[in-house]
Amino acid sequence: MAPKTLNWTTIRHRYLRQNQIWGVVFILFAIAIWTLFLPGVEPGEKAKFGLNIVTAAKPIKVPDLVVPARISILLLGFIAAFLGGWQLSKGFREPQALLAVLLILFVFAFLVWATAGKSFNLTGMLASTVLRATPIAFGALSGVWCERTAVINIAIEGMMLSAAFTSVIVASATGSPYWGLLAAIITGALLGLLLAVLAIRFRVDQIIAGTAINIFAIGLTSFLSHSWLAEHQNLNAAPNFKPIPIPILAKIPVLGPMFFNVNLIVYIMFALVIITHIVLFHTRWGLRMRAVGEHPKAADTLGINVYLTRYISVTIGGIIAGLGGAYFTLGSVGRFDEEMTAGKGFIGLAAMIFGKWTPIGGFIASFIFGLADALQVKMAILRVPIPSEFLLMAPYIVTIVVLSGVVGRAIPPAADGQPYVKE
Amino acid sequence: MNRQEKAPQPEKPTPPPVGEKEAQKKPAGWRAALNVILLPFLAIVTALIFSSVFIIISDTELLNLWRDFFNAPSIAIAASLEKLKISYGALLSGGLGDPARIWHGLQVWLKTGDKQELIASLEGIDRTLVYSTPYIFAGLAVALGFRCGLFNIGVEGQLFVGAMAATYVGYSIKGLPMLIHLPLALTAGALAGALWSAIAGFLKAYTGAHEVVTTIMLNYVAFRLSDYMLTGPMKRSGFNPVSPPVEKSAWLPKLAPDPLRFHAGFFLALAVAYFVYWFLWKSTWGFEIRTVGANPSAAKYAGISIPKNFILAMAISGALAGLSGTSEILGVNHFMAQAFSSGYGFDSIALALLGKSHPLGVVLASLLWGFLRAGATRMQSAAGIPIDIVQIIQGMVIVFVAAPALVRMIWRIRAIAEEGETIFTRGWGT
Repeated sequence: MAPKTLNWTTIRHRYLRQNQIWGVVFILFAIAIWTLFLPGVEPGEKAKFGLNIVTAAKPIKVPDLVVPARISILLLGFIAAFLGGWQLSKGFREPQALLAVLLILFVFAFLVWATAGKSFNLTGMLASTVLRATPIAFGALSGVWCERTAVINIAIEGMMLSAAFTSVIVASATGSPYWGLLAAIITGALLGLLLAVLAIRFRVDQIIAGTAINIFAIGLTSFLSHSWLAEHQNLNAAPNFKPIPIPILAKIPVLGPMFFNVNLIVYIMFALVIITHIVLFHTRWGLRMRAVGEHPKAADTLGINVYLTRYISVTIGGIIAGLGGAYFTLGSVGRFDEEMTAGKGFIGLAAMIFGKWTPIGGFIASFIFGLADALQVKMAILRVPIPSEFLLMAPYIVTIVVLSGVVGRAIPPAADGQPYVKE
Repeated sequence: MNRQEKAPQPEKPTPPPVGEKEAQKKPAGWRAALNVILLPFLAIVTALIFSSVFIIISDTELLNLWRDFFNAPSIAIAASLEKLKISYGALLSGGLGDPARIWHGLQVWLKTGDKQELIASLEGIDRTLVYSTPYIFAGLAVALGFRCGLFNIGVEGQLFVGAMAATYVGYSIKGLPMLIHLPLALTAGALAGALWSAIAGFLKAYTGAHEVVTTIMLNYVAFRLSDYMLTGPMKRSGFNPVSPPVEKSAWLPKLAPDPLRFHAGFFLALAVAYFVYWFLWKSTWGFEIRTVGANPSAAKYAGISIPKNFILAMAISGALAGLSGTSEILGVNHFMAQAFSSGYGFDSIALALLGKSHPLGVVLASLLWGFLRAGATRMQSAAGIPIDIVQIIQGMVIVFVAAPALVRMIWRIRAIAEEGETIFTRGWGT
């Protein structure tokens, strides 16, 4: 696979071939859109997308979006084909970013096909996309904090699950979700510290340390919820965070319900995306983190405490994963169920990779995963002639596709996963 | 906080960088041998001690006694010890059987020729062997992956896919003699598992997608697929999501009288373990796989194809995982139900680590795990301790086995200088 000699010609050949593959992939998307969705739609059928949902903030009403189904699918296919043709002839600078655009085109064509002759609330789906993206985004952010200092955190799943568990108990016992949130933060910090100690102090293989934390978290939470929570049902009924509408902004149609009428934990996620971006790329601490992740020896030579930087960053990563865990309980129904995180931590990890180890990229990737997840739920309502099990597979398959389509070119921090031994 | 920053202590010199470790020879002598056995043993003991804490806190009455600790410390301690005695006693008798009962059964059989008593008393050991059979296959699957530097977390999914294929071949083909039908079903299971995991191997080799994430995602896909198959194409008419029964000609022969479930799968597992040993250490392909695992860049410069070995190792690992599910279907259940596996695939990670990725070690670890599982079932019924305790023990065993320094710290054992931490996996990409 890899060329034996890396001279300029082979690089150019490889690059060209890669570029053409992308073009072909895009055109395949177009063909898929036409062949999959056109035959099922009667001529003249219309798809009605509702843009209004009822929330306490009363967003301003807008007319529903009614589109002719056949023409829309044709058009969406044409856009995909055009992008493919452009890619083949001229080439975009970042074809993998376009993959996201094509996925969205495909999703919309799918929606038009599924909604033809019916109506479907688009805003409702987008609002639920944000909610479903939230734990994934927390996972991605947690990963960014850890991996930028070169500690692979595969234990996000376990951290989330544990934090979901402790937060629900503390919130139920105290009657306040804020105490629950604090418990989640502490749980995440402790597990983050545990991972850091195992990875840095004891130099355990990081992926194995993470797996151990995951198995341990699944075992412990299942054990305690069987043996203990089952007897104390009153400790598994936590008050949850209610949506907080932001004045004026919450009234914007579509965007209002999506971004400005959500609960505290989701706002924290939005804030963390921005904070992480600023810290990582515009502060001295962030520069140190990145130096430690790319070349710990050089950083050490310049007087940066590599171990301390890693301990702090991984603990912060743990805290963020903990907040994500609290979302499962306090941010939704206020109840803990066994293994309720259902792989969201791992999907968060994939989102981080898709987003090339950047907070904003990770957030956008989480949004796409959230969309796949929300779609899968809403499709059951539309009674699409696809077995529900296959719809449930969608987020996982998207993860695999994204991971294999992008990682080949995404470059992790240079020292990622390697323990550092000070000389 | 960071011991490395202080002056290196005499008993624990800083290990050399990763690359040099490969060059070092294994220490000869009894201390090295002791180290190989002692550390896993202590890891298990430590895990059991820590899990005692969970046994105690899960009991509300005991917790109340501990609240009274300062008034009556002896009561709390005595009651806790009693509880632990009952619990671990149940673990032992559930996993191995009650010696007195076995002796009594043996006497009855010799005197009167009535076998029932003896058979009933052997139930514990029978369960241990039956449970350890899928563990051996699954543990070997993970171990083989480790040898190639791959971390196959997808054993659980591959196990489901393998079981599905074996079940399908088992019930859909009728009227074949056992000599053809059984190998056919076993092959189908192994092949399906191999193909499923080869997807992850292929993606790793050609796109760099990390196998840890892809195999986990493939797990979820496999679960949904089996849900679909069992409620749709493979549904037994008139029943809840279960498959039709497998034809008798595809059963793994049973080797013990009826209430017992011991079947030929156990010996098949031992044979496969020997095969894996032979494959890894005596064949050219195995050598290539181990070379890629030990040092990919050296392998590459020696002309060994890394993509080929990734795919091959993943496929064989998946075949072993598929056999794990297959043996469970053809040997014990004889039909497939949703969630028939109950986590064999995830436990296998601990097995491979505990067995140091060596087939013999994996077999021993699997026997231990089978014993823990059989015992935990008894613990649940006799002492009311949820079976999830096994997972807690496992999580701790993994940590302690992967971090020998931690065990040494707890038990104050001197390190042998030559023992370096094994690198099992690498970061994203290669």
